[in-house]
Amino acid sequence: MHSLTVTVGPRAFRIGSIWRAPLAQLAALYADYPQPADSIAHYRIRLDAPRWMRRHLRPQVAIQGDYTLPEAVPLPYSQAILAAEMGMNLQIALGERRLMLLHAASVEKAGKVVILTGESGSGKSTLAAMLGEAGWRLMGDEFALIDPETGQAFPFPRPVSLKNEAIAAMQALAGEERFGPLLKDTPKGDIRHFRPSADAVARMAEPGTPTLILFPRFGANWAIRPVGQGEAFVRLTQASTNYTMLGERGFSALTRLVQSVPAKAIDYMSGAEGISIVESLFEGAGA
Amino acid sequence: MDARHLARALADPDYVTTLDARGWNALIAMARAERLDGSLAWRLKGMDVPAAAREILDNALVNAEANRVQALWEAEMARRVLTPLGIPLVLLKGTAFAAAGLDAGSGRLIGDLDILVPRDRLDEAEAALLAAGWSWVKDNPYDQAYYRQHMHELPPLIHDERERMIDVHHTILPLTAGPKPDAAALVADSVEAGSFRTLSPEDMIIHAVAHLLADGDLQGGLRNLWDIDRLIREFSETPGFWPRLLARARHHQLAKSTSRALRLTAHIFDTPVDKHFAWHGRRGDVFYMGRLLARDDWGRESRKLLGFAFYVRSHWLRMPPLKLVRHLWTKWRMGHRG
Repeated sequence: MHSLTVTVGPRAFRIGSIWRAPLAQLAALYADYPQPADSIAHYRIRLDAPRWMRRHLRPQVAIQGDYTLPEAVPLPYSQAILAAEMGMNLQIALGERRLMLLHAASVEKAGKVVILTGESGSGKSTLAAMLGEAGWRLMGDEFALIDPETGQAFPFPRPVSLKNEAIAAMQALAGEERFGPLLKDTPKGDIRHFRPSADAVARMAEPGTPTLILFPRFGANWAIRPVGQGEAFVRLTQASTNYTMLGERGFSALTRLVQSVPAKAIDYMSGAEGISIVESLFEGAGA
Repeated sequence: MDARHLARALADPDYVTTLDARGWNALIAMARAERLDGSLAWRLKGMDVPAAAREILDNALVNAEANRVQALWEAEMARRVLTPLGIPLVLLKGTAFAAAGLDAGSGRLIGDLDILVPRDRLDEAEAALLAAGWSWVKDNPYDQAYYRQHMHELPPLIHDERERMIDVHHTILPLTAGPKPDAAALVADSVEAGSFRTLSPEDMIIHAVAHLLADGDLQGGLRNLWDIDRLIREFSETPGFWPRLLARARHHQLAKSTSRALRLTAHIFDTPVDKHFAWHGRRGDVFYMGRLLARDDWGRESRKLLGFAFYVRSHWLRMPPLKLVRHLWTKWRMGHRG
C-alpha cells in the first residue's frame, strides 16, 4: 500500500492507497503541509477497492480507516481525493474525544476567532475562503475544534472544497496555482479544492479565542438577527459530531461558549456583502 | 506484522519503548480495529511515550471513561425497570466488569448492555422493558420467531430516546448449540456488585470462553481473550480457584472450550494458567491463534480464507446442518425481497 502523511491543525493523518495516482494528487494539494514531528499519525485512512474486481475495471474507491462507516458508499476512482477527504472527516468525526468538533468554518484576526456554522450549502465555506483572501487567517471550512479545557478554537485548515458557482467566485480572487483538479459530478456537484494561503498553513498549530458565532445564509436579502444563548446552544449541539460522546465535558464547553460569545444569524446576497457584515459585527463584538 | 504486536504491548507494556513510528502506527491501527485501544491506553498509563502517541492514548482513555459512565447509567435504567418486579438482574460482559470494578473493565469499551434474567421471568422482563421505552430492533416475524426458538437471548431491544441496545439473555449459548450451560445455576450463584449483580468469578470466565469459542466466528476475538486474561489474573490467586473453574466448566459442558481458551491466552498474553487444567485437544490451536491474530499493520483483517472457515464453523456450532440450511435459505430470500 502506498502512503502519505499530512498534518492538519492539531491532528496528523496517514493515508494509504492501493493506487499511486491519488496520493500524487494529494501530495500536490498538501504540498506545504508539515509532517508530524514523530511521524505518528493520529488517524489512518485507506483507499481500497470495494471488491477485488474494482481495482482496475471501472475502479471504485471504498473509504476505510481506523474508523469506518459500514454504510459508506464507494466513490468512482476519478474522485479518489474526495474519498481521502471524506475519510479524514470520518476519522475525526467518529474518533475524536479530546477536542469538541463543530461542523463550522472559522477565520481569525488578532487572535480572535469568528465561527461560521450552518448546514452544507449555507455558504460558510465560500465566505470563509473569501475572508481568507481579505486579510483574515482562514482556519478551516469544515471543522472548528474547541478545546474543552481552555475554550480555545484550533484550526483545521484543509484545502476548502468549493462547489459549483463558488469555484468561479474564488477564481476571481486567487491564482490558478491555489486550485486542485476539477472533480465533476460528485454527490455534491462539481468540486475544486482551494488551498489556504501559505500563512494559514504555516500557522495551523496556532489556536485563537472564539469571539463571534455566525449562522450565515447565502442567497437571501440582507438581514442580521441576534441568536439567543438557548438557540445557539441547540444549533451548535446539532453542528457537533461528538458533543454527546464528550458527556459532561461537552456540555460545559458548549455552555461556556454560548455564554461568552455573541451569536448572530446573517443573510447576504453576495460575497462582498457577507464580508462587510462579518467585519462590522466583528468590530461590534468588541474586537 | 500481525496482531501479536498488539498482544505483546498489552501483555508487556515495556515492549512499546522499543517501537519506532511504523511500530506505533501499526499498534494504534490494530488496537482500534480490535476495539482494544482503551485497554491499551490503560496499560500504558503514565509511561513515557512519544507526544502524538500520548495524545492518541489520552483520547482513548477519555473515550473509555465516558463509555463506562454511559454503560453503567444504561444498566441503572434497566435496573429501575426490573428490580421493582422482583426480577434479579445479572449484568454480563463489559458492563459487569465495570460495575464490579474489575481490572478487565479498565479502559474496556462497552457496547450493548447485556443482562441475564431467569428464563421463567423472561416474558415479564420483556413486557416491562417494552412498556418503559424500549422497542424491538428487528420486528419481522421470522427474526422474532428465530430468536425465541433458537437463541439464548430475546431479539435485541433499543431504547427509543437514548438509542442504546439491550440484549436480554436467559442463558449464555444459543439453545441450538451442543453444550447446555446450567442457566439456573448462573443466576443462583451470581454475586453482588454495588447495586447490581454479576456472575460468579468462575462463571464470568466461562461465559467469556463460551462467547469466544463456542459461539460466533472469532471476529474481534482478541478482545474476548483479553477479558479472559484479565479475569484469570485477577481471580486465580484465590485458593482453590483452578479446581473450582474446572468443575464449573464441566458442569456447564464447556470444559473443552475452557481448556482451549486457557492455552490460547497463555500463548498470546502469557497468562499464568495451571497446566493441569489446560490439556484437552491441542490439535487445532494453531488455527485459532492464526485467526485471533489476523491483522496487518494497517489494522486490516488478514487471512481471509481462515476467517471464512471460522465463519462456516460458527454456523455449524450454532445449528444442526439441516436447520442451518433452512435458516440461510430463508434469510437469503428475505434479503432478495429487500
